[in-house]
Amino acid sequence: MSARIVNVRQKVLRKNDGLAAELRERYRAAGVVVINLVSSPGSGKTSLLEHTLEQLDLRAAVIVGDLATENDATRLARSGAPVRQISTGTTCHLEADMVERALEDWDLSAFDILFIENVGNLVCPASWDLGEDARVVLLSTTEGEDKPLKYPTIFNTADLAVLTKMDLADVLGFDRTAAVESVHDVRPGLPILDTSSRGEPGLDAWLDWLRARHAEAATRIADPV
Amino acid sequence: MHELSIATSLVRLAEQSAREAGAARVTRVHLRLGVLSGVVREALDFAYDIATEGTMLTGSELVVEDVPLVVWCSACESERSLSTITRFRCPTCDAPTPDVRSGRELEISHLDVEGEIAPEPAGDGAAAGALPQPPWSPFRSVPPS
Repeated sequence: MSARIVNVRQKVLRKNDGLAAELRERYRAAGVVVINLVSSPGSGKTSLLEHTLEQLDLRAAVIVGDLATENDATRLARSGAPVRQISTGTTCHLEADMVERALEDWDLSAFDILFIENVGNLVCPASWDLGEDARVVLLSTTEGEDKPLKYPTIFNTADLAVLTKMDLADVLGFDRTAAVESVHDVRPGLPILDTSSRGEPGLDAWLDWLRARHAEAATRIADPV
Repeated sequence: MHELSIATSLVRLAEQSAREAGAARVTRVHLRLGVLSGVVREALDFAYDIATEGTMLTGSELVVEDVPLVVWCSACESERSLSTITRFRCPTCDAPTPDVRSGRELEISHLDVEGEIAPEPAGDGAAAGALPQPPWSPFRSVPPS
């Protein structure tokens, strides 16, 4: 038979998207709110989580992805929270099936909140839905105010931007107004919170935001789909 | 370089669709690629050659249709095409335009195929979809210290 055309009209990542939808249902049924943290390497994801786990009055668990080492998981496990490391080998992002396997035998209903610390990378994680309730992108004061303009896709797909290391803002000459403008150029209206894991302004705004997300998830479980 | 993961998914979807249609070979894959998809065209082209090796797509051509960024301007009550992905504002009235209507696409529209085999039933069959799982587990729990 000669050459012909086959219509497909399907998303390339439909398998990941389908699995993410299943995970989302599972999170929802368990009443756990899931936060996917993305940023460049070194912007403070692990520090933010360490201090969050100490201060947050919710039952938390963490999945952390890196190409190699269990250093981050070891740091985070000191809090006493259940932590699982995903070593991705050469993969520069987490995919839904990696998260599913990492969750294996965890009873999600034992947790109020699950943090997924993605691989440090401002490009690749943007394409993969992990079934999370919110994708949070970190921007540290040491990175430069125009980072969002250089990596627009990940900022555009985020639900919240967190400015980290704000205690260093003055000494670094960090221009907060310019950073906020950059964020809003690529994603108008994106909420932005200021944080510092080690000094002022602390994590209060971030912790309040997390509690509000958890309260929403609790409402969800009271009114199942 | 997540394009290799994307190319691998693309090959699996194309092979499965071709098998369901009873085709023996895929000669062209027509991909719709949004400017906000986060995929770098050159990297995808490179990864495509690697991912198609030894598959029904060996030697095939990847034909990319760029899908522009279209947003909704609530002030103009109209869709607007943007020529940049770093300034989400209406080109007419300058209002912020967070509402993306198109530009995130990463989808196969159709395939050019040839040859004939017995069609496979639709669905993610083992032959068409599943890759073997590695014998090792990349996951380890870290106990609290």
